[in-house]
Amino acid sequence: MQNNNIPNSTQADSAAEYKLPQFTEEMRKDYTILVPNMLPVQLGLMCRLMKNFGYNMELLHTEGPNIAEQGLRNVHNDTCYPALLVIGQLMDAIESGKYDVHKIALILPQTGGGCRASNYIHLMRKALVKNGYGFIPVISLNFAGLESDANPGFKLTKTMVIQIAYTLMIGDLIMMVANQCRPYEVVPGSTDKAIEICMKAVTTRFTGDRSVHYREVKHLYQYVLTVFGKVKLDKSKKKKLVGIVGEIYVKFSPLGNNRLEEFLLSEGCEPVLPGLVDFCMYSIYNSVIDHELYGRSAARAAIFKIVYQFLLGKQADIIKLMKKDGHFRAPMPFEEVRKNAQGIIGQGVKMGEGWLLPAEMVELINEGVNNIVCTQPFGCLPNHIAGKGMIRKIREVYPQANIVAVDYDPGASKINQENRIKLMLSSAE
Amino acid sequence: MNVNVGIDIGSTTVKIVVVRDGEIIHKHYERHFSKVREKAVELVQNAREAIGSDAELRCAITGSAGLGVAKAADIDFVQEVFATRKAVGVHVPQADVVIELGGEDAKIVFLSGQLEERMNGSCAGGTGAFIDQMAVLLDVTPGELDNLAQHAERIYTIASRCGVFAKSDIQPLLNDGARKEDVAASIFQAVVNQTVAGLAQGREIKGDVLFLGGPLFFFKGLQHRFQETLGLDDAHAHFPDLAPFAIAAGAAEYAKDTQKTYTVDSLLAALERAADAPVVANYLPPLFENEQQYEEFKHRHGVHDVMTQNVTMYEGDAYLGIDCGSTTTKLVLIGADHQILFHHYQSNKGNPADVIREQLTRLYELCGDRVHIVSSAVTGYGEALIQHAFGVDFGLVETVAHFRAARHFCPDVDFIIDIGGQDIKCFKIRNKCIDNISLNEACSSGCGSFIETFARSMGYSIEEFCKLGLFAKHPIDLGSRCTVFMNSSVKQAQKDGAGIDAISAGLSVSVVKNALYKVIRAHSPDDLGEHIVVQGGTFLNDAILRSFEQEIGRNVTRPAISGLMGAYGAALHAKDNRPAQTTLVGPDVLASFLHTVKSARCGLCENHCSLTINDFGGGRRYISGNRCERPLGGTKKADLPNLYQWKLEKLKSYGAPSGNPHPIATLGLPFGLNFYELTPFWTTFLRTLGFETVLSDVSTRDMYMKGQHSIPSDTVCYPAKLMHGHIENLLDKGVDAIFYPCMTYNLDEGRATNCYNCPVVAYYPELLHANVAALADFDFMMPYFELADHKRFVQQAAKYFCGKYPQLKKKQVAAAAAAAYQELDDYYAQVRLEGQKAIAYADTHGLDIAVIAGRPYHVDPEINHGIDQLIASFGLVIVSEDAVWQLAEEPKVHVLNQWTYHSRMYGAAKYVTQKENAQLIQLVSFGCGIDAITTDEVRAICENGGKIYTQLKIDEISNLGAAKIRIRSMLAAVEEGRKLAEQQHSEQHAG
Repeated sequence: MQNNNIPNSTQADSAAEYKLPQFTEEMRKDYTILVPNMLPVQLGLMCRLMKNFGYNMELLHTEGPNIAEQGLRNVHNDTCYPALLVIGQLMDAIESGKYDVHKIALILPQTGGGCRASNYIHLMRKALVKNGYGFIPVISLNFAGLESDANPGFKLTKTMVIQIAYTLMIGDLIMMVANQCRPYEVVPGSTDKAIEICMKAVTTRFTGDRSVHYREVKHLYQYVLTVFGKVKLDKSKKKKLVGIVGEIYVKFSPLGNNRLEEFLLSEGCEPVLPGLVDFCMYSIYNSVIDHELYGRSAARAAIFKIVYQFLLGKQADIIKLMKKDGHFRAPMPFEEVRKNAQGIIGQGVKMGEGWLLPAEMVELINEGVNNIVCTQPFGCLPNHIAGKGMIRKIREVYPQANIVAVDYDPGASKINQENRIKLMLSSAE
Repeated sequence: MNVNVGIDIGSTTVKIVVVRDGEIIHKHYERHFSKVREKAVELVQNAREAIGSDAELRCAITGSAGLGVAKAADIDFVQEVFATRKAVGVHVPQADVVIELGGEDAKIVFLSGQLEERMNGSCAGGTGAFIDQMAVLLDVTPGELDNLAQHAERIYTIASRCGVFAKSDIQPLLNDGARKEDVAASIFQAVVNQTVAGLAQGREIKGDVLFLGGPLFFFKGLQHRFQETLGLDDAHAHFPDLAPFAIAAGAAEYAKDTQKTYTVDSLLAALERAADAPVVANYLPPLFENEQQYEEFKHRHGVHDVMTQNVTMYEGDAYLGIDCGSTTTKLVLIGADHQILFHHYQSNKGNPADVIREQLTRLYELCGDRVHIVSSAVTGYGEALIQHAFGVDFGLVETVAHFRAARHFCPDVDFIIDIGGQDIKCFKIRNKCIDNISLNEACSSGCGSFIETFARSMGYSIEEFCKLGLFAKHPIDLGSRCTVFMNSSVKQAQKDGAGIDAISAGLSVSVVKNALYKVIRAHSPDDLGEHIVVQGGTFLNDAILRSFEQEIGRNVTRPAISGLMGAYGAALHAKDNRPAQTTLVGPDVLASFLHTVKSARCGLCENHCSLTINDFGGGRRYISGNRCERPLGGTKKADLPNLYQWKLEKLKSYGAPSGNPHPIATLGLPFGLNFYELTPFWTTFLRTLGFETVLSDVSTRDMYMKGQHSIPSDTVCYPAKLMHGHIENLLDKGVDAIFYPCMTYNLDEGRATNCYNCPVVAYYPELLHANVAALADFDFMMPYFELADHKRFVQQAAKYFCGKYPQLKKKQVAAAAAAAYQELDDYYAQVRLEGQKAIAYADTHGLDIAVIAGRPYHVDPEINHGIDQLIASFGLVIVSEDAVWQLAEEPKVHVLNQWTYHSRMYGAAKYVTQKENAQLIQLVSFGCGIDAITTDEVRAICENGGKIYTQLKIDEISNLGAAKIRIRSMLAAVEEGRKLAEQQHSEQHAG
């Protein structure tokens, strides 16, 4: 592969002279921005919406052993599994021949927290340079202000952020109700059809670069509930409820968790996943906590508190609608979820999923979902503390809790993971 | 009549139990050698008589390899731990805890109190299979291993986390001449430790304990170790006759409540049907499409041969090279024209000295008066032992030996990869000098011997086994991780019905992938080099060689003496450096050669190293196991400046009693993780406030064992695991409270984008609080603090301390904080000053400086296992990263630099590139996720600055063998580089 920007690009050390290629205003016209598949529903919706703002985004749906292989080849093998898969999936796409490599850019989320995840984007760039693709721009998607000047062609505007926020809310709702339908659907595939109908409805409503009226959003909430309310269900056979919590990537991504949801369905269970918005609210609230614990910026804390309250209000609307509709279990208000963590773990634990992880386990238990799979990449640093480290304590407080911790990495065999989960299920009531 | 059949298909055996009206009427087990379905059919056939041909029966299958069969045959499947519980309930109802060890699985079930069931995670190595592997290593049958264990006198520390680690502990013990009896018992102890640490995880094993599974039934030595470790008397430790069959019995019990009924014939038919089920797995392309391709391949590699001449035909001087490897011993004798006169390759059967004595005796006979051995050299794991035993002239590190040999075959060689029995070594050659050595980390070692042990366990020799794979149509993709993972991948493949040929080929590919992606971390063939020489016994297998060429897409050179390269290199080295008079023992001494081994504990310092003393008669002795030179006697080397030692002593000094007669309270501080940095701060702060502070003792292995039972995550780093012991230690000291703050943020030294602590350092107090039972009703103080901003700290600290102790005023807190910040600054200043002094000492004495780049807590002697002293023993001055990082400008890094401790290492690396006599050695704790990011950066900084990068991975294993090889290779390379530079320099002047 030829490229003009980087001399000697096969050498890793040439990174010394590596200048970040920018995603420019102009590139918006004909560049495709590739998105690694972390959350099929939520990110799928988001990618479609970005067209409204002039970005051509494509969510990768690729699978297969080559992805992990690419990851192993390009990232330090002791790096966590999500980094391996995210980078592997993007490299796999770049080398698939499907894209003009001079017309693509990549986007990766960056949390800015104290865990390794903040470094994915840098590892991605190293991998690109190493392979002679140093000219491909990489965009950081974050709300922490990291690399804000790096890519002049990609700007989060207020209308965009609001549309994304609403999309994620709706995405979470779709995922939640879909999970409650799928195990019971009478006509196989009818749930997935409902998802598609809802996603289309969102994209046809949210058009153009404009502020979306919340009225429209509420309409969509109701629409989702109505569509899924029509999916024919057979609830005569009782299914075991199994919660999935854990590191955000392996929790949501089928690629990361060896199709955990499918496996649970095949075992006659109903998987229950707390939504992505929870994670966003957790991240936002941590700025408030930083002020409380360490006296860090009061102004920042005040702003984030407003955002937090705003989202709480929106979540409350969803819960109200769901209760009124009556077909589906509504989630617990996040403020209650947050308080769940108290007595289990300090609210200062904010790296990775931090206090949210035990909080979600308690949320599940309080909702009667006592069987929980706690997923993490092998050797996940924050999960040593917040995941595996808290299981004992949670069991002490909630003796009915039936939790299994499962590690994911490229070498772990599926049978081993499934065996552990089956063991947990065998003692499920 | 009510007949229930339980079939347990495990990783290595199939068991069947037939129950009629609650009575076990038939039980049987057999190894399945991966022919899972066939064996199951066979066992059912054998049970026909007991069951009766027409009897109606119910059946359930269980076991780790049983799921596939059950699914394909549509027979009920029951999860194995669930089955165990069923069996216990019926057969041994009084049990409180069940421990069950199988071929590869370990399980523990807590029955009384809250029911809990646990299986080993993916990192915990096998148990039964592990014992089998270890027996092979000792060259005994598993039964003999058990007999040996019962005559043990002492127990060695063998890593308990997984099989591969244990193996790398055992190998050097054997090579250093430890008694087999002691090693055997130590192996069983390792299994026990693994069970207690890895499975019990915080829950005490007490009450009536039931031990199940084959290994716990057959091995009395293992039973003994369990009883002793858990403190169980005979009344509470149960080893029932049912042990090997318990799970099958549980499955039979489960079958009682199932719906489907069979006769023997219909059950057989169902199982037969399963045998024809289609196979689903990931396949790889075949190694060879056809015979012709293989012939071409063989021909191409046939040319790299070496001249040979029979020793009985030769006359003149000869040079001996010995390679005493981890599993095999190789000897090569060469003549004046580098021709091989004699060679020998043999498994060292746990005692290399014996092998060499035998061969040397034979060699002298063959030489007669015609051939004179005038120089000799030895390399490999057993180098020191053999050199002392036989008076060999030179000892050289194996990397140097291999390079010497490779250069002989391929003068332009720029990359050498050697896959031996237990280790993978590879190194780049730059400017005719060894550069950039990669050794396999503890977690992927054992590749060559893994395939061998695997072959044997399937009933094949390694040659036969590898050959099977040559023409496999669909090699199975087994992944590229450490061998423990491979074991479970093979299990999965067996489950999917893969044939032995597919597994063999798959394993060959795995070994190669492991070497390429895990050890070398190669990206493309260009990363390796143009002239690649492959060697080591493992490459003698064409299947592995072929996989290697396929994987890198390029042809390589395999010398015909691939397995002898180390010895050949040693012989060449002996020839290059012929001494005036060889010290190699003659035939007369050899005749009276007597090798005795004693173990002893060194009493010369507080380390109390376990010594192994080898006596060879004639005053020749070799002592191993020592961490320093003291027990060796003789002249003592001058104590070189060692900042690691200085820092440890300095930090310890903060633990001296303050003499405050009326402290507000006595607070215990755990001396681990970030206390290795912040002890000056916290002791000063708390003491100024009016508290007395007590430091926990410096970590020891015993302290770790004491806290081990409450560790919830077995893959967290060793420094974190040690904290559990420190808490126990403080509780024993009777402190009023323990002070251990959580700290998301570290100090801000202005060099990083952010100043985080790593998640483990930041929040470990939370984990301790949730898992150490004794802390539940104890005053465990874990406030959240940030020290980066002085003023904000005072505010937050005042809030916490004045709230908890109303007699304290904010003013006092402010004053205490000021004193604490001052003390910390003083401490930093002293570290830097000591660093300067050490560097000056090295400069004036013409010594090299080793900059050890790690974390502050790597100073802990239980974490670094005395690596600093090992490095110092080669005559280097030891300096730590925190003494030098500020001496160089901030290097540009290509990752998010957001952790304070880690950013220091970048600065230290930069410093090393600017100082001619400084070398960088990075210490990395196993399981440290963040170092997965820093190591590549530190390496890049070093290499861009023309320095060799050396990384030492450390964890609970206290064996320094691999570390030694790396350090010696690095030093050899540095020396070679200097010689070369000098040569070039003088050539330039001459020209």
